[in-house]
Amino acid sequence: MSEEPDLTQLPDEELIQHIHDDLYDGLAAEVAAEVNELLRRGWTPYDTLTQGLVGGMDIVGVDFRDGILFVPEVLMAAKAMKGGMAILRPLLAETGAPQIGTMVIGTVKGDIHDIGKNLVAMMMEGAGFNVVNLGINNDADKFIAAIHEHQPDLLGMSALLTTTMPYMQVVIKTLKEQGLRDKVIVLVGGAPLNAAFAEEIEADAYCRDAAVAVETAKKLIAIKRGHP
Amino acid sequence: MAEKENMTQKWQQLLEQSGPILADGAMGTMLFEAGLQFGDPPEVWNVAHPDQVRAVHRGYLGAGSKIILTNTFGGSRFRLAMHNLQERVAHLNRTAAVILRAEVDAAGTGALVAGDIGPSGEILAPLGSLEYADAVAGFAEQAAALTGGGVDVIWIETMSALEEMHAAIEGVRRVSPDIPLITTMTFDTRGRTMMGVTPEQAYKALSEWGAAAIGGNCGNGPDELLAVVKKMHAVASPDTVLVAKSNAGIPKLVNGRAAYLCEPQEMGGYSRQVREAGARIIGGCCGNTPAHLKAMAEALGVA
Repeated sequence: MSEEPDLTQLPDEELIQHIHDDLYDGLAAEVAAEVNELLRRGWTPYDTLTQGLVGGMDIVGVDFRDGILFVPEVLMAAKAMKGGMAILRPLLAETGAPQIGTMVIGTVKGDIHDIGKNLVAMMMEGAGFNVVNLGINNDADKFIAAIHEHQPDLLGMSALLTTTMPYMQVVIKTLKEQGLRDKVIVLVGGAPLNAAFAEEIEADAYCRDAAVAVETAKKLIAIKRGHP
Repeated sequence: MAEKENMTQKWQQLLEQSGPILADGAMGTMLFEAGLQFGDPPEVWNVAHPDQVRAVHRGYLGAGSKIILTNTFGGSRFRLAMHNLQERVAHLNRTAAVILRAEVDAAGTGALVAGDIGPSGEILAPLGSLEYADAVAGFAEQAAALTGGGVDVIWIETMSALEEMHAAIEGVRRVSPDIPLITTMTFDTRGRTMMGVTPEQAYKALSEWGAAAIGGNCGNGPDELLAVVKKMHAVASPDTVLVAKSNAGIPKLVNGRAAYLCEPQEMGGYSRQVREAGARIIGGCCGNTPAHLKAMAEALGVA
């Protein structure tokens, strides 16, 4: 450990830079201290979230997408992000800050893999989304029930197995039958998938990795809300 | 003691034969073809539908495979717990080994029975929640059942984290200090594993940890694995046994089912390419059927 800078002496923009760097390095205690310092200076919880944490996780996401960072580093960053979020979440609720969006996410029926899906969930939280993680082995009924309960903007489905990926089509068909398909943006992902598969099952997009999922989610929500 | 010597001897005998050694192809792909449903763990079929499992093994024995894997990829307590079957680790793994042992012995082709151990599906602490000691204990439990059922070697596959691979090796070594270990990782993320391990790093660690054979399996298809073999070969000592067990490409959805893009002939071509790149043990992972393995056997001149 090098000597810690006195946070109270740093200009705002340097403090933000510190949050970005410390998120990148997965330093949870430092990120929490910096978040608290911004709040002490009178920053709104929302600005602290978007410029500090989300801004920092954007950089992590880009480097993950580009193959500079791998899962272990992203998990460390996400943990640090979570520490900062724990401070901000109650304040955000109090101040009625705008919601970036809600995502229901789960691994489909028959598939018990959750590492990739959890990574997407963490990166989405990192980008400021409210994420409802249904875990593994979800049938269509569970996805539908969660959509009714949480009214998400996005539904994320994951499969790691070629034998379970076709079940995504079952879920999408059920959404259509119940008149819910147009209510949610459906993102799919997992090692054996590709864009052609997503198109065939009429998902809105295939996301190659967690960083792409975040980018795609932001883009499609903006389009849906009418301000691309 | 005689058992242990026997295991090592059989492995040595296989290696002493010249030329490439054909492993087997997919188990899951074949069982789903045979009617395994979404949500059913394939390992249960060792007990519920042993004839279907036997038929898959026989298909690969007939294709000329000399190393056949037990139907136990998800047979650790971590994976079985997802189906609330964690109390059946011993039974399902032991039965799988016994079934395959009988098929291999009946075929009399000198093939080896490999006890298959796949990843836990969890990330080890501190990044994830699975404690290292628990991981070791879980893999040891699976390995004990496999060796108890009479496997000749253990094949740890599809790993993406070195920590977890180390836990699996330690688990196996806890129950069998001598059984030969074939170890393969999955390099499906820009030439590395999901956890960022390069082929060179994997080779170095696995050789230090005493693996008898080292390589890659699964992933996005033959070209990707060919690159892995080349990278390992460049840093491997000359007597290293390198392994290639590629998926038959990336699957496409055809009539609601996953269909793999690589035809048997293509996988035959792949087998020759990885052989030239230095692989000794060559087989197929997801999407490969006995027909693919037969094509590989012919391409490798071991049919």
